[in-house]
Amino acid sequence: MILLSPADWAAHQGKFIALWTDAQYAYALYQPQQLVAVELVEGAYPALPHPGANWYQRLAHDLNGHKAQGATDTRPAIEHFRNPDFTAPWPEFTSPGVEGVHQVAVGPIHAAIIEPGHFRFSLRGEEVLKLEARLGYAHKGTLALMRGKSPRLAARYAARVSGDATVAHSLAFAQAAETALDTTPPARAVYLRAIMAELERLANHTSDIGAIAADAGFAFLDARFALARETICAAAAIAFGHRLMMDIVVPGGVAGDIMPEGAAAIIDALSALEFELPSLTRVFEDYASLQDRVIGTGIISPALAEAYHPGGYVGRASGQAHDARAQPGYPPYLDHPIHMPIQHEGDVAARLRIRLDEIPESIRSIRNWLQTLPTDALAYALPQTSGMGLGVAESFRGPVWHWLHIESGAITTAFIADASALHWPLLEHAATTGILADFPLINKSINASYSGVDL
Amino acid sequence: MVWKTALNHILSKAPAPAKADPAQVKDLRARLAAASTTKLGRALAIRHVPAGSCNGCELELRATQNLIHDLTQYGLSFTPSPRHADILLITGVAGRNMIEAARQARAAMPDPVLVVALGDCAIDGGVFKASPAVQGGADTITPIDLFIPGCPPTPTQIIQALLTLIEANALDPMKKPRRLRARDL
Repeated sequence: MILLSPADWAAHQGKFIALWTDAQYAYALYQPQQLVAVELVEGAYPALPHPGANWYQRLAHDLNGHKAQGATDTRPAIEHFRNPDFTAPWPEFTSPGVEGVHQVAVGPIHAAIIEPGHFRFSLRGEEVLKLEARLGYAHKGTLALMRGKSPRLAARYAARVSGDATVAHSLAFAQAAETALDTTPPARAVYLRAIMAELERLANHTSDIGAIAADAGFAFLDARFALARETICAAAAIAFGHRLMMDIVVPGGVAGDIMPEGAAAIIDALSALEFELPSLTRVFEDYASLQDRVIGTGIISPALAEAYHPGGYVGRASGQAHDARAQPGYPPYLDHPIHMPIQHEGDVAARLRIRLDEIPESIRSIRNWLQTLPTDALAYALPQTSGMGLGVAESFRGPVWHWLHIESGAITTAFIADASALHWPLLEHAATTGILADFPLINKSINASYSGVDL
Repeated sequence: MVWKTALNHILSKAPAPAKADPAQVKDLRARLAAASTTKLGRALAIRHVPAGSCNGCELELRATQNLIHDLTQYGLSFTPSPRHADILLITGVAGRNMIEAARQARAAMPDPVLVVALGDCAIDGGVFKASPAVQGGADTITPIDLFIPGCPPTPTQIIQALLTLIEANALDPMKKPRRLRARDL
């Protein structure tokens, strides 16, 4: 951590990742892993000029009451100002001042089986002029619950930051705790963690790719991809005892070994997916009606991506060549580099291609690791010492960062930055490049987590 | 190109498809047939409301609709509108920011309504129990007919529990029918 003066803090150049505050400092994280801080003066710090910092500054205000001086966007992030009977004043959503604009309200309860959030569209005819997302409905107070607990106990909260990325969040949390307490997990645990993380990536990629096709009217693709996800989850249950592999990655190692029949079950699931994937991919390439829906839809231009530098497939589909597995990198990826697909179109089709391209890479890695599993311990106990640590893991949707401050074995401050925090503002931009009927496709192609940012 | 794809499908040898346990499916179907014909003319629609979950329960709830578990074969389906729903299914903690929306969804449903709390969080707040942002389980929003434990429960557990709920609430055809209200269920 580098302590900066307020002027240097505001002028700091770099690719912004996250911002948070504790009782004494405001922290900002830049790529690849540079942490800077500034002292709070009367609960305030200078606002950062990076567009991605807006959400975090609003969040810091709602969570800790700290003000970003000079911030242009001071809307609440997750605070809804509830009355005792749980009703809340409804915020005013402003529309662009042109003729013929009307608003469409969607949520917080959505039509499909997904998380809660409110979308307010400003439309002229079918054309979307503006989208404003109001979040905070899934707020559960996760960060406050972590305080005062040991890393082993708080791992249960990290596993439930975003259920679809439970392994990645547990992994980032474990790495933060291990860095803070100066512990190296055993090699077998490192490999098992990576196998679980890649299985999670496959499960989410397959189910999301199918869901996008379903929104374009291709129920057949959805059925096949949902089956692939089901097969992977069933294999995960055989191998690790839980379909989503929740609570298995813990600080110090893993909570349990892979079952004797687990490797075979995983390899069977991977082979089935590998067998069917080329013919399913060909459907995406062959059908003009499907291509028509996804090509040129929901564009995030490379220039816009350069301003936000989002992670994951959202960034990689718009020319941002970074992946936390490669940079800053963490074991075992340091010894087993992964191929990183890059596209520049930034539309729904490009994001689909990135995700389709990542599937064979994950399959290859899992097979490789299953054959070369080290045979040392599963976990080491963490010492009851003090320290500060950052941890990162590349979830299926992008990097997730965990920051922990531990005193005598108990967490005093924690912060969690999901990749979605940079994806939400980009969704608001991408929605305005299409018509309202394209929004479900655009939203699914980005698939930002609600729970992951509502904390 | 379409023909090429079709030909590839015909000529290539696919791995044996995975299937749900046939004995279990047969058993569940029989139980459903016995119970649901006396209740709401068999087909029941579910309105799902996430009241503060981590999205794990949503993943498994969606998985009940895939080719393996196929919830629709038991006459149960999901509906976007609370007006068309017979079952209100709540996932996640009763988060303070979602309580009003969940109440409104319940109020929009025509009685009789069965209410299901799915997942450990919806039972009593789960791991988030002590948080000031959380009121508790789904029973702090509306009375619950069925709790489905698990973090998250598996698709099989979800389907079994839903069918048990329908069975338990089936009316005895020998008794004189009466008007049902939510609190009777």
